[in-house]
Amino acid sequence: MSSIGSSATATAASVRAGLTGARRHDAWGLVFEALLLASLLLSLAILFVLVADVLAKAAPVFADRGAGFLTSPLSSNPAKAGIVQGLVGTAILAAIVAGLAFPFGLATAIYLEEYAADTKLTRFIQVNVRNLAGVPSVVYGLLGLSVFVAFMDTVDGTGSGRNVVAGGITLAVLVLPIVIITSIEALRAVPNAIREAGYGVGASRWEVTRQLVLPSAAPGILTGTVLALSRALGETAPLLLAGAVLGSFSGLSLSSLFTGSYTALPVIVYDWSRKPQDAFRADAAAAIVVLLLITLAANVIAVLLRNRYERAW
Amino acid sequence: MVMPETTGDPVLDTMPRATGMVGSATSSAPPDERAAAVIRIENLDAYYSAFRAVKDVNLAFEARKITALIGPSGCGKSTLLRTINRMNDLVPGARVDGSVLYHGVDLYSKDVDPVEVRRRIGMVFQKANPFPKSIYDNVAFGPRINGYKGNMDELVESSLHRAALWDDVKDKLKQSGLALSGGQQQRLCIARAIATNPDVILMDEPCSALDPRATLQIEELMFELKETYTIVIVTHNMQQAARASDHTVFLSMAEDRAGYVVEEGPTLGIFTNPKSRLTEDYVSGRFG
Amino acid sequence: MAHAAPVLPAGMSLHGSARRRRRESVVRGLFLAASLATILISVFIVAAVLFEAVGFLAQIDLGKLVGIGWFPRRGIFDVATIVLGTLIVTAIAMVIATPIGLASAIYLSEYATPRFRRSVKPILEVLAGIPSVVLGFFALTLLTPALIKPLFADANSFNLAAAGIGVGILSIPLVASVAEDAMRAVPQSLREASYGLGARRITTSLRVVFPAAVSGIVAALILATSRAIGETMVVAVAAGAPQARTINPLDPGGTMTSAMVTLATGSDQVTGNSAAFQSLFFVGLLLFLVTLALNVVGDAFVRRARQRY
Repeated sequence: MSSIGSSATATAASVRAGLTGARRHDAWGLVFEALLLASLLLSLAILFVLVADVLAKAAPVFADRGAGFLTSPLSSNPAKAGIVQGLVGTAILAAIVAGLAFPFGLATAIYLEEYAADTKLTRFIQVNVRNLAGVPSVVYGLLGLSVFVAFMDTVDGTGSGRNVVAGGITLAVLVLPIVIITSIEALRAVPNAIREAGYGVGASRWEVTRQLVLPSAAPGILTGTVLALSRALGETAPLLLAGAVLGSFSGLSLSSLFTGSYTALPVIVYDWSRKPQDAFRADAAAAIVVLLLITLAANVIAVLLRNRYERAW
Repeated sequence: MVMPETTGDPVLDTMPRATGMVGSATSSAPPDERAAAVIRIENLDAYYSAFRAVKDVNLAFEARKITALIGPSGCGKSTLLRTINRMNDLVPGARVDGSVLYHGVDLYSKDVDPVEVRRRIGMVFQKANPFPKSIYDNVAFGPRINGYKGNMDELVESSLHRAALWDDVKDKLKQSGLALSGGQQQRLCIARAIATNPDVILMDEPCSALDPRATLQIEELMFELKETYTIVIVTHNMQQAARASDHTVFLSMAEDRAGYVVEEGPTLGIFTNPKSRLTEDYVSGRFG
Repeated sequence: MAHAAPVLPAGMSLHGSARRRRRESVVRGLFLAASLATILISVFIVAAVLFEAVGFLAQIDLGKLVGIGWFPRRGIFDVATIVLGTLIVTAIAMVIATPIGLASAIYLSEYATPRFRRSVKPILEVLAGIPSVVLGFFALTLLTPALIKPLFADANSFNLAAAGIGVGILSIPLVASVAEDAMRAVPQSLREASYGLGARRITTSLRVVFPAAVSGIVAALILATSRAIGETMVVAVAAGAPQARTINPLDPGGTMTSAMVTLATGSDQVTGNSAAFQSLFFVGLLLFLVTLALNVVGDAFVRRARQRY
């Protein structure tokens, strides 16, 4: 049919026009993509601005006093106030949180992943853990105030129940669900073939878990625990409810662990942020710098741990 | 009855005579053979929750022979194999009716510890699964957890010898087991299974992930292993069953999707003179 | 030899080691105990909060729950004040977090190269890891003077709007990561079908991937809302304390959460059976119930999103 010949040439031209003209109409697509990217970069920019602002505000404090800021105790005089009590408190809290949340969390995760059958009880425990993960931190403060502080009050007769141990237990309970959930994911990632091979040579469940599964899951478990710890160290509200002290108080020694007042770094930040004097604002910024460095260090350690244990085996 | 030297079947003619029972195509063995059955399965049904995967199995596995379980996909061969060493215990909802007698002891009786069973009945899996440990530790793992107090170096060496892997790895025992080739990894898994001194080795399609050369090496290894161990092998590869086994069990899927034993007997008989039409169809490739 | 009864080789027993079995059951018992402890925690939370909250409601005249503001030390407990505060802060936070979070998620899932994603996602995680008290400081000392006050001259130095923006910033990473996971879970075959028909990326992203991932996206928003409601320190630092009831975000105020902190840390620390102390738990109960409900619904959406593929 002769019409095909003529329409063929006409079509070729229109096809070329159609294919190349399309570029102009994709302007909307490019604008859209630019908007998306801009949103993403906006979040990063906010982070950058935040850090820069805090550093700028904190600079004069470090310039004036350097490491003295880290070793001075709290004071009502902003020029002298330092964070040493907060550092000690945060360190002790970290030890308590790690010492409680890690074993309990790992044990729960191992039970749920390696031992438990799919029963109503098991599912109930799992749902419960997920719900606990979503409870606001301030509600854990209520738990700390009513249960742990009261407990410490009775344990120790003389002093106050508002001590660092009660605060530590409160934070440990707060991050326990995080440790459980990340450990479960790490255990799940271990391929089942390894377990089968272990059972195949006559290993018992604990032998398979301890000697085959846990070594493989260790990087993920450790990373999760360090991240949970990092979260605990930045928490303020539960400690405020459970009795961390605002304002200044004298020293902190090991003997006063159960009786004495204590504070933590983020609590100090909160306290100083609310003070009217500008000089305290600068001190607060300096404390924030230290706090961010600690959290950053914890994250870096978590990544390093993960990389180190993921040897090519 | 005397079978002709060549059967005309290209596969069977290349196969070394693996059985002494030339000529018998029946499934009833004379009394002294029955007494030498290491494992006897009686009236076995295997379930996954409500689904019956395998039904009415009655089999005997003779000592120091290779028995192949063949049949189309999904007919319960692996399930049956795994009931022998109680690996199915690990699957939630799995249970068994009937008995598996090992040297006369019912493996499913209350006072039998499945962990002990698996020490004496070893298993090699479809895809080689060495532990993420050194070659030495792979082989030593089983004996260690079972409380072996003797000379571990010797045990590792002899197990690797028997798995035909010693020469390949004797200089790199500390290297990772995962650094070996596929065929070597599977031989490492065999060495690992042997190290606990079992008398039965179960193999679940051990060559399906291997290339033909590695497959042949494993089959040659099986002939050597047969002198010491009783071997039961599940295989999808009919030619492999014909080549390598003494005794063959053919399973198929019934209407209710449960697997059952269609026919069993000396390998030569199953392949050249099957008694059931279904068997004949399967071994001549008409289905499967 | 012909009829030798089958017998286990000498010395073999299938009974196993009793010591090993005992160790197994001890280990299993320990792990079970640890798991049950988590249930105990929930029980304690509910019991502790309920006990005091009920005590509070029994103690006060219910008429006291409506008033001019939230002044617990004076016996005025206008619940609407702090609930309004929560609503205002949460609304502002979600107005900020939703578009930025979703846009970031779409970009990361549909447009970004793997290398870009690998470098940018950790930075988002850093943002998520910043302690909320730091965001509160940022809202108070930068957002208010540099953003709010220039725009609204009569804004207070402590105001709910700055707190809302701060909470929004904290919520962006949560929205972004849950929504991105949901979109990444959409199978590539759907995208290929769309491209195969000649659709462009914007069309595919918005009209194919986004609707397919809607359960996960809804989950992201619900979980972020729950998190915003539970957020405490940003408000406690940047918005001041709860006071007279207001709906003006430029006023100072408090949320359910910051009210609890203010109560617990006042210069005259409340203790014991005073109504003020118990009001702390009453508010805690409200908070707990609201966030629990949101989390249960959010989790249900997450599971639905995971099930589809």
